[in-house]
Parts: sequence; C-alpha cells; structure tokens
Amino acid sequence: MNTRSTHEPIIRMQNIEKHFGSVIALAGVSIEVYPGECHCLLGDNGAGKSTFIKTMSGVHKPTNGEILFGGRPMNFESPRDAMDAGIATVHQHLAMIPLMSVSRNFFMGNEPVKKVLGFNLFDHDYANKITMEEMRKMGINLRGPDQAVGTLSGGERQTVAIARAVHFGAKVLILDEPTSALGVRQTANVLATIDKVRKQDIAVVFITHNVRHAMAVGDRFTVLNRGQTLGTAQRGQITPEELQDMMAGGQEMVALEGSLGGTV
Amino acid sequence: MVDTAQTDERIKEISPLRKALIRPELGGIVGTIAVFVLFLLFASDSGMFASQGVLNWSLVSAQFMIIAVGACLLMIAGEFDLSVGSMIGFAGMMVAVFGVVLGWPMWLTILTTFAICMAIGALNGWIVVKTGLPSFIVTLAFLFILRGFTIFIPQTIERKTIIGGIRDAAEGDWLAPIFGGKIGQPLFQWLGDIGVIDVFERGSRAGQPVVDGVPMLIVWAIALVIFGHILLTKTRFGNWIFASGGDAEAARNSGVPVNRVKILMFVFTAFCATVFATCQVMEFGSAGADRGLLKEFEAIIAVVIGGALLTGGYGSVLGAALGALIFGVVQQGLFFAGVESSLFRVFLGIILLAAVILNTYIRRIITGER
Repeated sequence: MNTRSTHEPIIRMQNIEKHFGSVIALAGVSIEVYPGECHCLLGDNGAGKSTFIKTMSGVHKPTNGEILFGGRPMNFESPRDAMDAGIATVHQHLAMIPLMSVSRNFFMGNEPVKKVLGFNLFDHDYANKITMEEMRKMGINLRGPDQAVGTLSGGERQTVAIARAVHFGAKVLILDEPTSALGVRQTANVLATIDKVRKQDIAVVFITHNVRHAMAVGDRFTVLNRGQTLGTAQRGQITPEELQDMMAGGQEMVALEGSLGGTV
Repeated sequence: MVDTAQTDERIKEISPLRKALIRPELGGIVGTIAVFVLFLLFASDSGMFASQGVLNWSLVSAQFMIIAVGACLLMIAGEFDLSVGSMIGFAGMMVAVFGVVLGWPMWLTILTTFAICMAIGALNGWIVVKTGLPSFIVTLAFLFILRGFTIFIPQTIERKTIIGGIRDAAEGDWLAPIFGGKIGQPLFQWLGDIGVIDVFERGSRAGQPVVDGVPMLIVWAIALVIFGHILLTKTRFGNWIFASGGDAEAARNSGVPVNRVKILMFVFTAFCATVFATCQVMEFGSAGADRGLLKEFEAIIAVVIGGALLTGGYGSVLGAALGALIFGVVQQGLFFAGVESSLFRVFLGIILLAAVILNTYIRRIITGER
C-alpha cells in the first residue's frame, strides 16, 4: 500500500498558467498527485485555489502549461471529459439537491436503467439497494433510500457526494472546501470519510484554508499564494504554524498574531 | 425493504400513515374528495352526475389537464411558460389559416401547426437558457407577441378575428379525427341499450345514447397524464427534470444536460398547448383570436394545487391532473348547483391559497426544514 514514492503520479500539472483578460489568476503552478494519497491544497481566499481546481476538473483550459493524466497529456474540453477520465469534483455547496431523495441524488446524471416492455426505465430498486449499501459503508444510516437529502446534515451530504464519486469510479477526487461550513463533529466525519477513500487507492485533492483540517488527514501539502506555489511539503516536514504563515504570505500574519495574542 | 444493519437512536420512526401522507399529491387528493363530496351533497339532483353532466365537467377538466401536464413538467424543471394561453390562440389560428384560408389538406395543416408551435416553444426555451433571464419575463414577452399575431393575421387576410369552416375542411381527413373525433361509440350504444346511460326519446337521434362516445380531448388528457407521470417518475429523463429544477448548477456538476432538459420541456409545453388548440378548433369548427385567454394561469394554478413548487424541483403530474379535475368540477359544478358563476373565481383564489399553504407544510416535513 505504501509504495507511493515509486508510483507514477495519477495527475501531474506542470507550470499551469491561467489568465483572465489582464488578470493573472495562476502564474505557473505545478503539483503532482499520487494514487492513495491525500494531497492538501492550501491557500487563502483569492490565492487561486478555485481557478486551479477548475483547471484540473476541465472547467477552465489553462493558458499555458501541461496536464498529464496517468502519464499522458490531457486536454479536457469540458467537465464531462474530466469526469469520464475519472476526475470527480465535490463542491462545497453545489453537490446535492435537497428536495430529491438520496438515491435520486446518488445516481443523478448516471441513472441505472432497465428495460420494461422495450422502454428504458429508471431502475429504482437497483438504485435504492446500491445507495443503502454505499451509505452504510461510509457509516451513514439512512431511514430509507427515499429520504430527501434536505433532511441530512451538511457533513452527511458531503459524505453522500463523496460516496457517489467513489462509486462511479473516480481516480482523482477533488474536494472543494468540504469542511468549511461544518461543525466539529461533522468535520470529523468528513475527514474520516476522506481517510476511507484514500485507503481505496484513490488520489484525494483536499482544498481547504484550515490548517488543522489539512494536518489531520493530509499526506502532502501544497500552498498557493497569489497564483503561485510555495512548494510541496511531506507530512512531518512542516509544522502547522509554518503552513499558516506560508498561506498568509508570512509577515503580515506574524504581526496580526502578535496583536491577537496567538489565537489565530 | 432494506434492513439497516445498525439503527440510529436519533432517527425517529415515521408511521406508515404519515409517510403515505407526505407526498406532493396530498393536496390534490384531499381537494378532489372535498369537491366531490360537496357537489354530491348540494348538486346531486341537478344532473351533474348524470351521463351528460359527467361528460360536461370531464371535458372541461380534460382541457385543463392537457395544459397542466406541460406546465407541471416545465415547472418542475424550474421554469414557467406564460405564453401557453396565447399559444393556444395562435395554434388555433394557424390551423384556420393553413386549412381554411390557404386550403391545405388538414393533416398537413395540423402537422405544420405543431412544427411551428413547437419551434416557438424551443425558441422560448433557448432564449431563457442562453440569456439566463427569468422565464417569467421571456414568456411574458411571447404572451404579447403571439397574441398580437393571432389578432393581426386574420384581420389582415380575412378582415375578421374569427375564421370558421374548419369542420368542413377537416371532413374526411385521416389526422383530424385524432383531435376532433370520439371513441367507444359501440360501448356507449350498448350502455344506452341496457339503460345505464340515458337515450334520446324522440327526434332524429331517438334511441341513441345522449353521450355517444369519449371525445378525443379526454383521451389526449389521459394519455398525456400517463405519459407525463411515467416520464417524470420512472425514467432517467424524469430524474433530470427534477434535478434541473432543484438546482441547475448542482445538476450540471453531475453531468445532467440541464439546458437540453429545459428547452425540451418548453417544447413539450408548446406541444400540449397545440393539442388543446387543435381539439378546440375541431370541436368549435372555428378559430378565434381571443381563444386561450388566461389559460397559462389556470394551468399554473392546477399545477400548484397538485403539489408542485413554484420554485421548481418538486411536484407530481398526477397531482396536477387532480388539480385540473378540481378546477373543472368546481367550474361546472357551480353552474349545475345554480351558484352565481362569478363566485368561481372567489373559490379559485381560496383553494389556491389553501393548496399553497398545505404544500409548503408538506415540503417542510420532507426536507426537514423548520
């Protein structure tokens, strides 16, 4: 399992640049993500995290730079291409539809069909069975597969979205600030889910600006600041304080921390 | 049912009764029962529940149902179409212009009308999807544009706003009976013979049953309700309709072709309006520039009574059909009961309000909001 260093990276982004008109959102960002690792992408607001993951998931095309997926150069024309290749993104808010049942949400866009009298019908029995199984694996007990997602907590919704991505064969799972709106207990649940996913040899890209959440599950850490990478660090080679400083760009944070009495 | 391995002590058991109650159609079911009980009590001796009376309110309900099915699926997909009423007038006028004024064969007339109207529906949808404007505004524009053409075209070419002679033009055509004909005549003759339904006692039609078949309008209504219900609840596409209306962005992120779904629902709504219009002109034998006035609101009200959410993502075709049934029964029932017909609108407003309040309550239970 821990032969990570000898593995080929599943995805390698080299010197990615992305310009929006006169704004340079990304000025040469490089990272490598290996199967079975949780790669934390840290950065403050406006650091370019969102632009970067949107480039990775096929929403944006990079202005310059190269994306290698499984060792081959990739050109995603749309998010659908990236999805088909096995890059799944779980968004912070836009993952689930509250009014729809868990099983309808789980299979949204990938509905199983069965033939009845020559017509392709949604196979609800299969969808319900798989949904209950997958949810149980992730440690969530549903009242029933027809329970509306709106009745789930924020952490449970993230978990449903993650379970869905894994079920549909994600090789790279991008989590866009999954914990930023959650309480302590729910955050712990989501972090535990990330750990379960990583053990299935899936590469997890975990975007956050919370250093403690990153330190809890991360194997490697890449910090983005003002559209650039400030390097990638292995777990154990860096302290939470150093990460925090890098995210904030160093000095200002030190000054702030002094005035707040080290509470940040 | 699936047996959960472990149980969560924080999940309360929900009684089967409560579970059965939590469904979009609840308001429609309660309303339908209430309406029938009410009229059975107060109008049972008025002929409302004799064969002709039944046909009368069935026809009105069926009209509402046809447009309600389209409006329902579109609303669940997150959009409105306020141009339905104008589309009905416009489609009827197209049938008259092609079939009577230009003298085209009726089948070609009908097919061309469907093609034009569905193309306009697609244009509606395309503008909404591409501009991101609220469909309320876009279709409001088409409400006026289509109504304007419906008045302008016959005035320009015939110097009048009503064009007749459609029944003659449809005589002997193979497609026209699909909209203007009746089915089941032998059955009704037999029912008349055994005395289940009344027969004419004198005149040229003596011995024939007073209701001699099921008009195609009703057949269309039932077929569209069944089609809409299966499409919505039993197919992949149905899941996409819910998803598109529930949260378009989340649906797109999951690979649902939201734009295509929405445009297709606009086309389907236009299709339903055209079915309505074609049946109507076949029945009346004429097309009028004021046909279909206010129908868009009546369709939307039927859909909302049926449990759909105005904001999209939730609803039921069966509920919308019940809403249309309530609508038709009350409108005609008040007439049979001898109540001043203007009170229909009062009743409509009250039942709409009650339905919306009930539906909001049900939705809160479903989504666990407080």
